[in-house]
Amino acid sequence: MLRQIEGSRAVAEAVALCRPEVIAAYPISPQTHIVEALSALVKDGTLAPCEYINVESEFSAMSVCIGASAAGARTYTATASQGLLFMVEAVYNASGLGLPIVMTVANRAIGSPINIWNDHSDAMSQRDSGWIQLYAESNQEALDLHLQAFRLAEEVSLPVMVCMDGFVLTHAVERVDVPSQDEVDGFLPAFAPRQVLDPDDPMTIGAMVGPEAFTEVRYLMHAKQMLALDAIPRIADAFAQAFGRDSGGLVRGYRLADADTVIVGLGSVLGTIEDVVDDLREQGHRAGALAVRCFRPWPLDEVRAALGTARRVVVVEKAFAVGAGGIVGQNVRLALDGVAAAPRVHDVIAGLGGRPITSASLHRIVADALEGRAGRTTFLDLDTGVVERELRRSREDPRPGPHAENILREAGIAGGGPR
Amino acid sequence: MSRPRVKFEQVGTFAVGNRLLDPDQRTVQADRARSNTLTSGHRACQGCGEALGARYVLDAAMRASRGRLIAANATGCLEVFSTPYPESSWQLPWVHSLFGNAPAVATGIAAALRAKGRDDWRVIGQGGDGGTVDIGFGALSGMFERNDDVLFVCYDNEGYMNTGVQRSGATPPAARTATTQAVGDHPGNPFGQGKSAPLIAMAHEIPYVATATVADLHDLEDKVERAMEIRGARYLHVLVTCPLGWGSASRDTIRIARLAQQSGLFPVFEAERGDVTSVARIRRPVPVEEYLRPQRRFAHLFAPTLRSDVIADIQARADRNIARFGLLDDPEERA
Repeated sequence: MLRQIEGSRAVAEAVALCRPEVIAAYPISPQTHIVEALSALVKDGTLAPCEYINVESEFSAMSVCIGASAAGARTYTATASQGLLFMVEAVYNASGLGLPIVMTVANRAIGSPINIWNDHSDAMSQRDSGWIQLYAESNQEALDLHLQAFRLAEEVSLPVMVCMDGFVLTHAVERVDVPSQDEVDGFLPAFAPRQVLDPDDPMTIGAMVGPEAFTEVRYLMHAKQMLALDAIPRIADAFAQAFGRDSGGLVRGYRLADADTVIVGLGSVLGTIEDVVDDLREQGHRAGALAVRCFRPWPLDEVRAALGTARRVVVVEKAFAVGAGGIVGQNVRLALDGVAAAPRVHDVIAGLGGRPITSASLHRIVADALEGRAGRTTFLDLDTGVVERELRRSREDPRPGPHAENILREAGIAGGGPR
Repeated sequence: MSRPRVKFEQVGTFAVGNRLLDPDQRTVQADRARSNTLTSGHRACQGCGEALGARYVLDAAMRASRGRLIAANATGCLEVFSTPYPESSWQLPWVHSLFGNAPAVATGIAAALRAKGRDDWRVIGQGGDGGTVDIGFGALSGMFERNDDVLFVCYDNEGYMNTGVQRSGATPPAARTATTQAVGDHPGNPFGQGKSAPLIAMAHEIPYVATATVADLHDLEDKVERAMEIRGARYLHVLVTCPLGWGSASRDTIRIARLAQQSGLFPVFEAERGDVTSVARIRRPVPVEEYLRPQRRFAHLFAPTLRSDVIADIQARADRNIARFGLLDDPEERA
């Protein structure tokens, strides 16, 4: 049924339709509306049987999910930003144990400086955690990906993160098609755990493993992610058949067929990117876009096929590897390794801490790329003057004070001017 | 208590005289049909108090739950010595996740069972003092305040023994550990630090809190049985001698645990909803020196010079426990 609702509400209803049996939650913006809505659905009996646990930390949220999943319950939590980092030890443990937990990550920046707005620093920090990572472009896709995530997680016995841009999606009210319970029940089979804590068949889960077998056990995580590369498009196809719309999958191309300039992105920024592509097309450029919908496992073949014939690739990413450069860009280069006349890849770090990614700025960086002026790594809309003055202060003043406060003072946001 | 407390005064020794008792009063361990939840072949040290305590606790809990028991274990000695790949000593469904999250994992299991309507399956969480009173304390307190249906057992050997005997929040004053060494003017662990997890558990006003030692295994089993009669958050704090970390002889595990209780340094009691409901009286009071002397972790108090001042401070701690819990009171007068 088509409804005009907030993204968080859509996700909460999608999760409820998946009939989770245990939900553990800790509040953190911008994820909070999701678990607030779920708490009400459990409390008023709409979602039953389901246990809703108000935990004392994100570390315990994931730990409760680990226990519940190991006991054979379909299990869900949601987090963001610092919360995701606080649960990291348990995040790795869940994937190591192969527990099919589904978690929404309402993407948000990581401090310091503390910042509650959207970027992808949180989820990208967990790219090697062993979790499958899906990125939603819209609220409809966020809803759809949750239905697919439970099926995927339980099929390959790995946990799945559904990443959706904080505020941009979670707090946006737009039209969403919310399926019926019967439709979801027809798509998502009951959870049949691969391993379960059962007094009638007692097993030890989480034993210590030394060098004699550790490599093999860890390799299995990798092997299962590789299997997910087949499962993800298959489940997306099944979803399209059941619900009549395309959602999920590994990648999605936009006007790619003859494109020699391709902009790559993840999540909600694809809307802006597609507008820029349309403008470029009108200007006579052969431009296209590639949405990476699944970042882990990395769809290397699909990315290679989509980008291999391009001449230049601009990767717009809302996170970066400090001291190295782009994260998605590095993966794109990996996909293009060995391609004859491979395109030049430009990493564009954009939208950090909620800074808007405007089509004007994207046009500028694409123009730079077209004219051979773009470097390997660009920080979009970076105020270089501010940065250089702060670097000079750091060189000249033995105690220049904290960077963030100095820059805010200089920008006139905090009083007094730089120290 | 679920059954009358057995007293062994007539035996003349403190050995647990099962054979003198009626069959229904004997320990679970005396029963040939016990479940052997932590079965033999594991790799604990000789004289390990934790292995002994865990065996009694789990078999008693298995009997109380009629074998419908699931355990969540924190990282630590108990986890390491029981599950070297590809072997496991556990004959119950058992999960180990991390060091600091066993109470939350147990909560998750309990929640799953409730959602599935398996009310007859019970959940136990367990760990050492590091996993319980330090790194897992937030998760433990959360489990307590939500009154989740979990019995959490802390096997307290007063330090991080698995990593090589470092100080924890349960390490007693003056004890030598690898991070509170017996050097300087104030050798060993400082006074004025550390915490009582049982008292903090009581402050949550959870249904049941108890302490026990591996010196009185009847008492330990009774407390497990009592805990299993109750629903909600329950906490059992068991003092377990660590020959490796304490520098005690393997054969002295029981004796030293008994001296800890008889000196007043480790009060043994039960509490319900935040109020103390019973205490194990000290039958043969001993000065703390008798407890300290056989342990190399306190050797610096006796040589090269006798540190009577430090021993007196430790005695004062024991005296405070004795006064606070009425450990020398006549039970008739108390009543």
